[in-house]
Amino acid sequence: MAALDGASGNPPKTTFYNDPVIRGYIYQLLVAVLVIGFFTWIVINAAQNLAAQNKSTGFDFLGRTSGFSISFTLIPFDRTSYYWQAFVVGLLNTLLVAAIGIFFATILGFTIGIARLSSNWLVSRLATLYVEIIRNIPLLLQLFFWYFAVLKAMPAVRDSLALPFGSFLNQRGFFVPRPVWDERIVWMWLALAIVVVFCFVLRRWARRRLFETGRRFPVFLTALGGSILIALAVFLLSGATVSFDFPELQRFNFRGGLELPPEFVALAFGLSIYTAAFIAETVRGGIKAVSRGQTEAAESLGLKEGDRLRLVVLPQAMRVIVPPLTSQYLNLTKNSSLGAAIGYPELVNVFAGTTLNQTGKAIEVIGMTMLVYLTFSLLTSAFMNWYNGRVALVER
Amino acid sequence: MKKTLVTMAVVASMGLGATAVQAQTLDAVKAKGFVQCGVTAGVPGMSQPDANNNWSGLEVDYCRAIAAAIFNDAQAVRFTPLTSQERFAALSAGEIDVLSRTTTWTMSRDTDLGISFTGVMYYDGQGFLVRKSDGIASALDLDGAAICIESGTTTELNAADYFASHNLDFNPVVFVDKPEVLKAYEDGRCDVLTSDASQLASDRTKFADPSEHVLLPEIISKEPLGPSVRSGDPQWFNIGRWVYYALLEAEELGVTQANVDEQLGSDNPSVRRLLGVEGEFGAPIGLTNDWAYRIVKLVGNYGETFDRNMGEGSPIGVPRGLNALWNQGGLQYSPPIR
Amino acid sequence: MTTHFIRSEMVPAQPAPHRTSGPILWLRTRLFSSIPNTIMSLVVLGLLFLIVPPMFFFLVPTTFGGHAIPFGLEPDACRVPGAGACWAYIGARINFFIYGFYPPDEYWRPNLVFLLGALLIVPLLIPRAPFKVINAVLFFVVYPVVCFYLLNGGVFGLRSVPTEQWGGLLVTLIISLVGIICSIPLGILLALGRQSKLPIIKTLCIMFIELWRAVPLITVLFMASVMLPLFMPQGTTVDKLLRALIGVTLFSSAYLAEVVRGGLQALPRGQYEAASSLGLSYWKSMGFIVLPQALKHVIPGIVNTFIALFKDTSLVSIVGIFDLLNAVQSAASDVVWGSPTQAMTGYLFAAFVFWIFCFSMSRYSMYMERRLDTGHKR
Repeated sequence: MAALDGASGNPPKTTFYNDPVIRGYIYQLLVAVLVIGFFTWIVINAAQNLAAQNKSTGFDFLGRTSGFSISFTLIPFDRTSYYWQAFVVGLLNTLLVAAIGIFFATILGFTIGIARLSSNWLVSRLATLYVEIIRNIPLLLQLFFWYFAVLKAMPAVRDSLALPFGSFLNQRGFFVPRPVWDERIVWMWLALAIVVVFCFVLRRWARRRLFETGRRFPVFLTALGGSILIALAVFLLSGATVSFDFPELQRFNFRGGLELPPEFVALAFGLSIYTAAFIAETVRGGIKAVSRGQTEAAESLGLKEGDRLRLVVLPQAMRVIVPPLTSQYLNLTKNSSLGAAIGYPELVNVFAGTTLNQTGKAIEVIGMTMLVYLTFSLLTSAFMNWYNGRVALVER
Repeated sequence: MKKTLVTMAVVASMGLGATAVQAQTLDAVKAKGFVQCGVTAGVPGMSQPDANNNWSGLEVDYCRAIAAAIFNDAQAVRFTPLTSQERFAALSAGEIDVLSRTTTWTMSRDTDLGISFTGVMYYDGQGFLVRKSDGIASALDLDGAAICIESGTTTELNAADYFASHNLDFNPVVFVDKPEVLKAYEDGRCDVLTSDASQLASDRTKFADPSEHVLLPEIISKEPLGPSVRSGDPQWFNIGRWVYYALLEAEELGVTQANVDEQLGSDNPSVRRLLGVEGEFGAPIGLTNDWAYRIVKLVGNYGETFDRNMGEGSPIGVPRGLNALWNQGGLQYSPPIR
Repeated sequence: MTTHFIRSEMVPAQPAPHRTSGPILWLRTRLFSSIPNTIMSLVVLGLLFLIVPPMFFFLVPTTFGGHAIPFGLEPDACRVPGAGACWAYIGARINFFIYGFYPPDEYWRPNLVFLLGALLIVPLLIPRAPFKVINAVLFFVVYPVVCFYLLNGGVFGLRSVPTEQWGGLLVTLIISLVGIICSIPLGILLALGRQSKLPIIKTLCIMFIELWRAVPLITVLFMASVMLPLFMPQGTTVDKLLRALIGVTLFSSAYLAEVVRGGLQALPRGQYEAASSLGLSYWKSMGFIVLPQALKHVIPGIVNTFIALFKDTSLVSIVGIFDLLNAVQSAASDVVWGSPTQAMTGYLFAAFVFWIFCFSMSRYSMYMERRLDTGHKR
C-alpha cells in the first residue's frame, strides 16, 4: 500500500498493528512458532515413546547383516548381506520396473492417444473404451487381477512352454539363456559407442541436408543397420567367444540363465496398461492444442496423414505433452510401490516392509524410503524446468 | 473454513480420539467395560470372525477368559484385527490392552519393544506345506523350490537360516498381506507355503481340496506363540499370566465347563483354591475370588478350548503334541495356584 | 450468322450428387476410407471377435444365454466345469461387501448416511440448484458430524458400533468423503499460502505440498499406521481408521492445493487489484472476490482429484483396514463358496463398483468443463 504522495509528502499514519508490513511479520512469526512448536512436540513425544519401548535410534542398523534373502535381485544378495544392500536391491528393482513400465506405457499411450483422434470410427471408439475402463478402476485391483490372471494362464513347471533359443515360459517366470563372454568383448562395446556417437553426427547432417535440398535421408534405418553390422564385424575380428548359460530344468524350476518372475511381468504390465490410459489423454490433449491451421497447412503441402502427425503436429504438440508426460512417469514410478502387494521385491516391499519389521526402526526406514521418492520427484521437477526453458516459444 | 477444521478436530477428539492409557490398565478396562484385544483376522482355529463378526479361536478364547475373569462376561471383549506389521505399535500405543495374535515370543521382542509375554498359548514351530502330487518327502528335497512367505514375521529369517545351513537354494516370494500369499501358493506360483505349523494346518482348510496338501515332517524353528501386554503394569501382567495358568490348571485338575459347578464342592484343596472356595487369590491381582471359576464356567479349560478350536473336535484337526499337559507328555505346565 | 460459342441445345441433367449421409456412406468414410484404414478396421473387428464372445459367456448369467451363475443359486452351481462368473456368490455376500461387519440390525444407520449424503450432494452438484451456501455448510460441516454420531453410536440411545466393525463400501465411501471434505479447506489454505508474499509461510507451504506430492500414498499409509503412534504423547491412542483418514487427507490436500493454485493463477491480476482498491482486507478480498471465481474454474480439477482419491482408498486394504477391496479379498477365502471363478468374480464386482463411481464422476467433471469453457472452439 504505497500511499499516494500527498501534498505534505507524509504517508498517512496508521497504527502499527494495521500496517500490512508489520502484520506480515506478526503472521509469519505466529506460523513459525506454531510449526516449530508442533515439530518440537512431535520430537519430544517420539523420544519419550522410544525411550519407553527402550528402542535405540540411528542408522547403524544399515551396517548389520540382514538375515533374509530376496528372490529377484540385480546385484548379488543373500542372507549374509547387509541392510543397506537390501535398500539398494529394492531401489534397483523399483528403477528397473519403472524403466520398463515407462518404455511400454509411452509406446502404448501414444498409440492410443493418436488412435482416439483417428478418423476410423472403430479404432477411435475402441481407444476411448480402453481409456474409460482402465482410468476408472484402482490400480491395486488391476494389479491383483493381472497377477493372478498371469499365474493362471501360465503352464505349470512340468509342462513348461519351450520357446525358441532355449527359452522357457512357465508359472515361475520367463527364462532366457544368459550370454557369457570373455574380456575381448570390450572391443565390440567400444566400437558400438563410437558408432552411436557417429549416428548423432549423421542425424545432424541429414537435417541440414533436408533443409538445404529438401531430400530426406533414412537416418534411423541406416543407424540401426550400420551399428549392427559394425558391431558384428568388430565382434568377429576381435575373436571374442560367447557361450550361453542355458536354463535347465531342475526338480522344481529352471536353474541358470536369466529369469523374469511373474510378479515382475504382472507389475510392469499392469503399470504400463494403467499409465498408458493417462498418457493417451495427455497426448490427445497435446495434439488438440495444436491449432487446426497447422494441420490444414500440412494438408495443403500434400503431406500424408502419417507425415502430418510426425513432422508437423507432434513436434509442436510435444511442448504441451512433455510436462504432464513427465509427471505421469513420476506417477508410474511412485505406483510401482504397489508391487509390495503382489510380491515384487521393490523398495517398499524389501525396505519399508521386511527391513522395517526385522529392525523395528520405523522412523529411519520410512524416512529413507520417502527420501528416495522425494529425490525422484525433485529430479523430475528439475528436468521439467529445464525442458520448459528450452522449448519456450521464441517470439519474433 | 476455519470453523470446519475446528469442528472436525473436535469431532475427532471426542469420538475416535485420544483416550489416555493409565499405568493401571485394569482400572481403565473396568471403566471401559470391555477388554480390547488385538488379534489376526483369518487364521481359523486361532482367531477368525464369521460373517456376523462373532470371533472364535484359541487366541480369541484367551481374551474371552480375561473378560470372564474381570467382568464375569465372556462377551465383554472387542477385537482389533491387526496386520503383522502394526501389531506391536498398536500394543505399545495402548490401542489394545492385550495382544493375542499368533506372535512368537523372542528375546528381542521381549526386551526391545516394551512388551512382555504372559505365557505360551501354543508351542509351535515353522513348517512347510507342499502339494501331495509333488511327491516331496522331506524339506531337504526342497533345493531350488519357490516358497511363498508373508512379510513382517520371523518366518522369512528362519527359512533363510534353514536353507543356508543345509546348503540349499530357495526362491522366496514375499507378500505384505496374507490372502495373496495363500492365493499365490494355490495358483501354483510356489511349491511350498511356509509359516507356523498351526497356521499351515489352518490355511489348509481354506484350499479347495485340503487333502491335496501335506505338512512336511521337518519343523525348522521354535515358535512359542503367546499373548503379550505392555510392560510397566505388573498387575495387568499378572492377570494376563495367571488367566493363562488358570486355563491349564483347570485342565490338569479335571475341572471342565460342564462339571465346574459340582467341582465347587470338591474335597481336592487344589481345586478349591482354583475355584476360589479356599484362600484369597483374586484380590492381589485386583479381581474377585471366583475369577478362575468364571473363566472355566464361561470359556472352559485349556484342553476344551484347544479341542474346540484347533484339535480333534475342529476342522483343523491338529494333534495336541507339544501342547499336551506336562503329565501327558507335552510342555504345558502351570505353576500351582497356592 | 451463327454464334459458335453459344450452345444451341439444353445441357443434359447431371446425376444426383452423392448422398452425404446414410449407413453405407458412413461405413465408407469412417471405416474403409483408405487401404490402411480398411486393414485397421478389419484387425479391430478380428480382435473383437476373439474377445467379445468369451467375455459375454463369462459375464452373462445362464438366464440370458451366458455361462455365469445368476443370483440366488447354491454354491454347488458355481463348481460346475465351464461355469462363468459366480454372481450367486456376490448376491450371497453383498451385505458383507457393503457394510463389512456392521451389525445387521443396525443397517438402517449406514443406509440413512448414504441417503443423507445423496440428498446433500446432488443439489450441490447441480449448478442451477438454489441455496448453494446453506447446502455447502450442511454438507461440509453438519453432515460429517451427523454421520459420525449415526455410525459410531453411543449417543441418543444408539448402540455403539466401534470402527473395527465398519467395513466394505461403507468405509471406502467414508474415507473418500472425509478425505475430500477435510482436504478442500486445507488445500485452499495451502494454495493461498503458496501464493503469499510472506516468505516463511510461502516456504513452509511449498515444502509441505511438495513433500506429500512426491511420495507414494502407500508409504504415507505405512507412516500413518506405524509412525503416528510414536508421535503422539505417551498413552494417547488414535483410532486406526482415523489414522488412515489423516494420512489420506494430508496427501490429497497437497494435490488439491496445486489444483486451486492453478485457479488462482488463472485469475486476471485486475481482480486482485480491484479487490484491494475497494479497501478490502486480505481475507475479505480472497473470500468474496478471488476464491469464488478461482474455485468455480477449478471444479473439474477438484472432481478429478476426488476421482484419484476415491481410487486410492483401495490402498488402505494393505494397512489392514476393511474397505471394499479388502472385504472382497477376505471373502475370497470363504470355503463355502470356493470355486475356480470365485476370486475373479470378486475382483470383477469390486472393479465394477469402483468404475461406476469414478466414471460418473469423470462424466460430471467433463460436463462442468464444457459448462465453464468459454474458450474458442472450432
